[in-house]
Amino acid sequence: MRVLPSVGSFGPASHDEILRPAKPWFILLSLLLALVANLVPVSGTALALRPDFLALVLLYWCIQQPRFVGVGTAWVFGLLMDVGDATVFGQHALAYAVLAYGAEYFRRRVLRFPLWQQAVQVAVLLVLCALLVLLVRFVGGSTLPHWTYLEPPLIGALLWPLVSVLLQTPQRPSRSRSRN
Amino acid sequence: MRPIPVYTPAFFNRGPSPLARLAFFGVLSLALLFADTRYRYLENVRQVVVAVLYPVQRGLQMPGVAFAYVTGYFGSKRELADENSMLKQELVARGPATQGFARAQDENARLRALLDMRTQYYAATSTAVQVLYSSRDPFAQKLFVDKGSNAGIVAGAGVVDENGVVGQVTRVFPFMAEVTLITDRDQAVPVQVERSAVRSVLFGNGTGRAPELRFTSPSADLRIGDRLLTSGLDGTYPPGLAVAEIVDVVRDSGQMFARIVCKPLAGIDQSEYLLVLWPSAAMPPRPEEPGAAEAAKKGGRGRGRR
Repeated sequence: MRVLPSVGSFGPASHDEILRPAKPWFILLSLLLALVANLVPVSGTALALRPDFLALVLLYWCIQQPRFVGVGTAWVFGLLMDVGDATVFGQHALAYAVLAYGAEYFRRRVLRFPLWQQAVQVAVLLVLCALLVLLVRFVGGSTLPHWTYLEPPLIGALLWPLVSVLLQTPQRPSRSRSRN
Repeated sequence: MRPIPVYTPAFFNRGPSPLARLAFFGVLSLALLFADTRYRYLENVRQVVVAVLYPVQRGLQMPGVAFAYVTGYFGSKRELADENSMLKQELVARGPATQGFARAQDENARLRALLDMRTQYYAATSTAVQVLYSSRDPFAQKLFVDKGSNAGIVAGAGVVDENGVVGQVTRVFPFMAEVTLITDRDQAVPVQVERSAVRSVLFGNGTGRAPELRFTSPSADLRIGDRLLTSGLDGTYPPGLAVAEIVDVVRDSGQMFARIVCKPLAGIDQSEYLLVLWPSAAMPPRPEEPGAAEAAKKGGRGRGRR
């Protein structure tokens, strides 16, 4: 077996590592937790900087498990997000559906890159998602927000490596077994 | 020889293509968006959902509340004493004005009775509320406060803090209410300049932009530093509440109207405690406008209260 540069115990799985299938309950749980993280009421700077956790987790599962999580799941969670937000119904649903489609389109390529390069591509998708919400609201008659509107998607992209590693952990075989 | 099967085996079958799904769900979202923004059909759904989510959101706030409670409990005694003496000083400083106010109000009522004028409209009662959190939506300037229809708050009520007008209650849920701030794009407050009594309307300009007096003639008597008070013409806010201060007046001869930039006096999104004014029933009904029927036929889109 080829010896890979050590990634440490807390890092992404290498290409040689065979991952166990993700459990559907784990996928659902992570999505619900992300939804809750999005709905935690905060104010001020924290509100302006909070990334869209749900978009990140959805993107991860759309890339990793396209058979479980796809455009439909993303749409349903987008609707839940709209409902929790009490703003306009359908804006997040539309944005997340497009995000899931983007992930489907990107997924074969994205996984070939190291995590930080994946993060760049994720940033593009997340910004696109945010701009779609902006477009919906703009057509609906809102004024253009401040440029800081794009901070949350960029912070989300910075969190991508962390989210990927965290969500991958339960699927990795235990170390004792992988040694032999 | 058997022909090679051309159908996809069930194992590889993934249903409709992602593009087809995207088209389906995209059209569905657009339909929802249209139904919601145009006809507001989904207001009832929203009421139910907010009521269901309320305990969840309060639960999520618990750690923060508990932390604030604990730090407050162990907060230094001196800090509390300082704050206490400061508040007492402020109370004393405001005392004469309050005492004078009662007398002035009395006198005003007598003079108005002499002149046979309608008694001035004051909000009879008010409810103190605490701000829960600000809206997640970056496109709107909204707050949520901790009392709703359970405390008798109704949509349309004006909201003030200790320095001036903050906004207006726009949606009422069972245990909380949504307050749209005067800086929101959809919010307008009828105002009167304290110094020159010029009447105008203060329009919010959205996130990060200062509100402005629109459609004001370049020759209107307005100066930088003028205080704007509510004129009370809308029946929402009682007259005489401080709203904003003029910070910039741009008179461009190429423009029809002067550009008058204002700064709200209330701590719009900083104040923690607010007062909801109960709209009084003293306002007489609006008289029928002569051209109202024709205007309705034309379907002119007004900037109505939401």
